Amino acid sequence: MDLNISRRAAALLILCSGFSLLCGCRGEVPPKPTGGVTIVPPIKPDNGPQAYPEAEKSNLPVFTMDYPRIQIPFEITLWMLLASFAKIGFHVYHKITIWVPESCLLISIGLIVGAIMHSVHEEPPAVLTSNVFFLYMLPPIVLDSGYFMPTRPFFENIGTVLWFAVVGTLWNSIGIGMSLFAICQIEAFGVQDINLQENLLFASIISAVDPVAVLNVFEDVNVNEQLYIVVFGECLFNDAVTVVLYNMFSFVAEMPVVEPVDVFLGVARFFVVGLGGMGFGILFGFVAAFTTRFTSKVREIEPLFIFMYSYLAYLVAELFAISSIMAIVTCALTMKYYVEENVSQRSCTTIRHVVKMLGSISETLIFFFLGVVTITTEHEWNWGYILFTLLFAFVWRGLGVLVLTQIINPFRTIPFNLKDQFGLAYGGLRGAISFALAFTLPDNIGRKQLFVTATIAIILFTVFLQGISIRPLIEFINVRRTNRNLGTINVEIHCRLMEHTIAGIEDLCGQWSHFYWKDKFMKFNNRILRRILIRDSRAESSIVALYKKLELQNAMEILDTVSGDISAAPSIVSLYEEKKSSAKPKKKFLAADLRNMHDILSKNMYKIRQRTVAYTNKHTLPNDSQTKEILIRRHTSIRRSLRPGSFQSTMVPKSHKYFSLPAGQSLDLKFPPARLSYTDDHETLSEVAYPTRRSRSGRPTRSSSRAMMPLRRLDTLTEAPSVDTVGDGGRITDHGVSRTNSSYSDSHVAPRRHLNSSNDNDSGSVDNLRNNHHEAPEEEEEPQPSSSSPVWAAEPRDGTTRNPLLRRPQWNPKKK
Amino acid sequence: MGAKQTRSAQKYQDLTDKTGFSPEQIKNLHKRFQQLSDNEETISRENLEKIPALANNPIRKQIIDAFFDKRNQHQNEVGAFQEIGFEQFLMVMSHFRPPTLKTTEEEREAMRKEKLRFLFNMHDTDNDGTITLEEYRKVVEELLSKSGAIGLEAAKAIADAAMLEVASTNVPHMAPDDFYEGITFEHFEQILKGLEMESRMHIRFLDVDTMTMRCGKSKS
Repeated sequence: MDLNISRRAAALLILCSGFSLLCGCRGEVPPKPTGGVTIVPPIKPDNGPQAYPEAEKSNLPVFTMDYPRIQIPFEITLWMLLASFAKIGFHVYHKITIWVPESCLLISIGLIVGAIMHSVHEEPPAVLTSNVFFLYMLPPIVLDSGYFMPTRPFFENIGTVLWFAVVGTLWNSIGIGMSLFAICQIEAFGVQDINLQENLLFASIISAVDPVAVLNVFEDVNVNEQLYIVVFGECLFNDAVTVVLYNMFSFVAEMPVVEPVDVFLGVARFFVVGLGGMGFGILFGFVAAFTTRFTSKVREIEPLFIFMYSYLAYLVAELFAISSIMAIVTCALTMKYYVEENVSQRSCTTIRHVVKMLGSISETLIFFFLGVVTITTEHEWNWGYILFTLLFAFVWRGLGVLVLTQIINPFRTIPFNLKDQFGLAYGGLRGAISFALAFTLPDNIGRKQLFVTATIAIILFTVFLQGISIRPLIEFINVRRTNRNLGTINVEIHCRLMEHTIAGIEDLCGQWSHFYWKDKFMKFNNRILRRILIRDSRAESSIVALYKKLELQNAMEILDTVSGDISAAPSIVSLYEEKKSSAKPKKKFLAADLRNMHDILSKNMYKIRQRTVAYTNKHTLPNDSQTKEILIRRHTSIRRSLRPGSFQSTMVPKSHKYFSLPAGQSLDLKFPPARLSYTDDHETLSEVAYPTRRSRSGRPTRSSSRAMMPLRRLDTLTEAPSVDTVGDGGRITDHGVSRTNSSYSDSHVAPRRHLNSSNDNDSGSVDNLRNNHHEAPEEEEEPQPSSSSPVWAAEPRDGTTRNPLLRRPQWNPKKK
Repeated sequence: MGAKQTRSAQKYQDLTDKTGFSPEQIKNLHKRFQQLSDNEETISRENLEKIPALANNPIRKQIIDAFFDKRNQHQNEVGAFQEIGFEQFLMVMSHFRPPTLKTTEEEREAMRKEKLRFLFNMHDTDNDGTITLEEYRKVVEELLSKSGAIGLEAAKAIADAAMLEVASTNVPHMAPDDFYEGITFEHFEQILKGLEMESRMHIRFLDVDTMTMRCGKSKS
C-alpha cells in the first residue's frame, strides 16, 4: 500500500513539477500539493475506521474524516485538475502543439496515467456512464461548437454543410456497416456472431468525425473559408446524426427480428428527431433572447440564463427523445446574436469564456479518459475485424467525399477542387464522441469489448497518424487559402459593398442566391425580430459594429500593456484579440485626419460609457465601471498623445507609453477626486489579479516583464527637476510647435514622465504599478489648475464632456 | 423566322467569345434584358431604377451607375452611356462570372484584379484614378443609409477611419504634415489583399430559365 502511494505520488509529482517548470507561473504552484495527493485519498478510508473508534469515546470528535461522502466529487475534481494541468503543460511549450495536436498529447498523458494506474492495479473511477456522458459531458462540447460557429460562412454554405453532415454520415455508417457485415461472414476471422444491426451500430459510432485537431490546423494555415466551415459544420451536425443513428440502431440491435416497416419507421423517426430538435432549439433560443431583454437589472446572473436555456433545450429534447444536440446547437445559434447585444459586455465575455471552458474540460476529460481506458480495460483484439474497420473507415470516407462533392459541386458557386476534397476526406478524424458512444454501449451487446477496442484503435490511428500528418500535407498540397483575420474597417466596408453589389446584380438578372435571402432575412430581422428581442434596438450595421470593436481593442490594448488586465474593459475581443491586436498597434495616423480620429474615438468611448453607466446603477459592485471608464478614456488620450510620437522616437520602449502619460488629466478633471477613492482602488486591484491568471498564451509574462522595465528606469529619473516648471516649459514649446495641438506633443511626453516618476519611485511591483495608476488621477488634479493645461484644454471635448450626463448629441454641433 | 434564329445564334456566338458566358446563360440574360427594357434594344437608367427588388439596396445608385460606366466595358473609354445595349449589359455582368475548376492561377489573378477594378470604379466617380475622402465618405454613407439610426456623422467618422487605415498601411512613414490625397488603385489592391473575393463577387448564372426550373446546373 505504501509502495503504491509513493509510486503514484512520485509519478504525479513528476508530472506536476514538469508542468510547473514549464509554466513558470507562480500562481499555479499552490494547487500542486493537492495534485500530489490526488490518488492518495482512496487509501485513507481504510485507515479512517481504525482511527475512528478511539475518537468515538470522546463526546466531540476533534478530527474526523468521511472520505466516502466526498469521494465522487473529490475524484472528479482531481481528474479535472490533472487533465487541466496536462493542458497547461503542453500549452506553455508552444512548439509541441504546433506539430502535435492537443488531443494526441492528452491521449498520451492519459496513456501514461493509465499505465501508472494499471501497474498499481487501480481501477479508473467509474465516471463515464451513459447518463453522465449524455447529460453532462456532451452538452458543453456541442454548446461550445454551436456557440462559436462562425455564422456568416455557415449560412452561406449551409446546404453543403448539411449535405456532408447528414448524407455523409449516413453514407459512412451504412457503407461501413454493410462492408463490415460482409467481413463478418468470413469464417477465418471468427466474428460471425456479430449481426447486421450491431455492425451498423458500430459503424454509426465510428462515423462521427471530430476534427477539432484538424480545425486548429486549418485555422493556423488559413485554409479557405468554405473548406473550414464544411469541416466545422460537419463535425457539429454529424454528432447529431450519429447520436440519432446510435439510438436508433441500439434500439434495433436489441430487437430479435427487424421488419421492413421498422426501416421506414426509422427513416421517419430520423426526420422527426432532427427537425424536432431544430424546432426546440429555435424556440428556446428566442425565449432566451427575449429573457435577456429584461436582465438589465440583474447583470450578475445574466450568463446563467444562457446556460440554463441551452441546457433546458437539451434536456427537453432529450425528454422527447429527439435530437438534443440539434436542439442545443440551434438554440446557441439562434440566441447568440440577440443575446450578445442585450447583455453587458462583461456578461458576454463571461458567457464566451465559460462556454469555452466547459467545452474544453469535457473534451479534455474524455480524451484523457480514453488514454486511461486504453490501458486499464480488458481488450478483445481481433486483427481481422479491426484492420478492416480501419480500412473501411478510410475508404468510405474518401469515396463519400468524392461522390458527394460531385453531386454538390454543380450547386456551388465555388466548386470544391480535388485539393479541397482531399482536405475534407483526410480531415475525418474520429474523436471524443465516438469513444464515449462506444464506451457507453449497453452491456447486452455481445461484442462490446471488441467494439470498444476497435473504436479506440481507430481513434488512436486517426488522431495520431492523420492528426500529425495533416498539417504538413495541407501545406504541401497548398490548399486554397483565405485570410480570415482581416479586422480592418476597409475590408468590412468592402465586404458589405460587395454583398450589396452582388445582391443588386442578382436582382438585376432576376436570380436569387443566399445573398437574396440574406437581404430578406436582414430586413425581417431589423423590422420585427430585433424589435421584440433586443432591448435597445437600433439596427447596427456590421461596419459600425466592427468599427466599435476596433476602437475597443485599441483601448484595451493599452490596458493590456499596462497590466495585463482585460477584465476591466468590455471585451468582446478577448477571445480573439491576440491575433488581431498584434496587427493594429502599428497604425500611424496622418496629421490632417488626426483630429477627426479623435472625435471618433471620443465619441465611441463616450457611447460605451453611457452603456456602462446605464447598467451599473443597481450593481452590487460599487462604482467600478466608472473607474474603468476613466481608465479607458485615459488610455484613449494616452494613445492619442503617443501615436504620433511613437514613430518619431522609436528608441523609447513601448511601455513608456503608460508612464509618459500626460493625457487623461483633462478627462479626469471632471470627476471629483473623492469618487476615485480607495474603494475603487481596491475594486480594480482585486480584478487585476483575476485576469492575469486567466489570460492566455504567454500574454501575462510579456506584459509584466514590460511593466517591470520602466519601473527601474523611472527610479533613475526621480531626481528630475521640479515638475511644474518643466511641465510648463514643455507645454509652451508644444504650443509653438505642433499644429494639431492635441497630439503632436512629443516634447510634452518627457516632462510628464518626470511628473509621474516622482510618484513612482516607491513602486516595485506590478501591483504598485496598478496602484499608481489609480492614484495618478488624484495627483493630476493639483498640477492641472496651476499650469492651466493649454494643450489638453485645446481639445474640443474637454469643456463639453465635463458633465458626464452631457451626451453626444449635445456636444457634436458645437464642434462641427 | 429561321433566318432570324440563325442570326441570333451567330450573335450569341460572338457574345460568348467576348464575355465567356455560355449560350444558355446569354439566352437567359437576354430574356431578362428584354424584360427590363420592355423589349427595346437598349436599357436606360429609368428602366433599372424601376426594378422593385433593387429599391431596398442601399447602393442602388452605384450599381446602376456601374452599368452605364464606360470603364467597365474593357475598351479604355471614359465617360457614361445614356443607354446601354445588350452587349454592354453582358460585359458588366461578365465581371461576376465565377471561376471554374479549369481556371488557371493567372486567370484567377486577372479575374480578381478585374473585380477590384470594378469596385474601384464604383468608388471613383470622377475617374481621376484616386478615391478621395469625399468619394469614400459618400459610399459609406450610402452603405449605412439603410441601417437607420446611424447618422451621417457616424458614416463620416467611419469613412475617415477607413481612410486613415489605408494611409497607414500604404504610407507607413508619413510626416505629420503630409496629406493623403486619395486611394490609388495600387493602394486599393493593397488594402484588400488578403480578402477573399471568390465567394463574394460571383454569381452563379443559371443555364436554365429560372421560370421553368429553380435549380439548374451551371456550366462547370
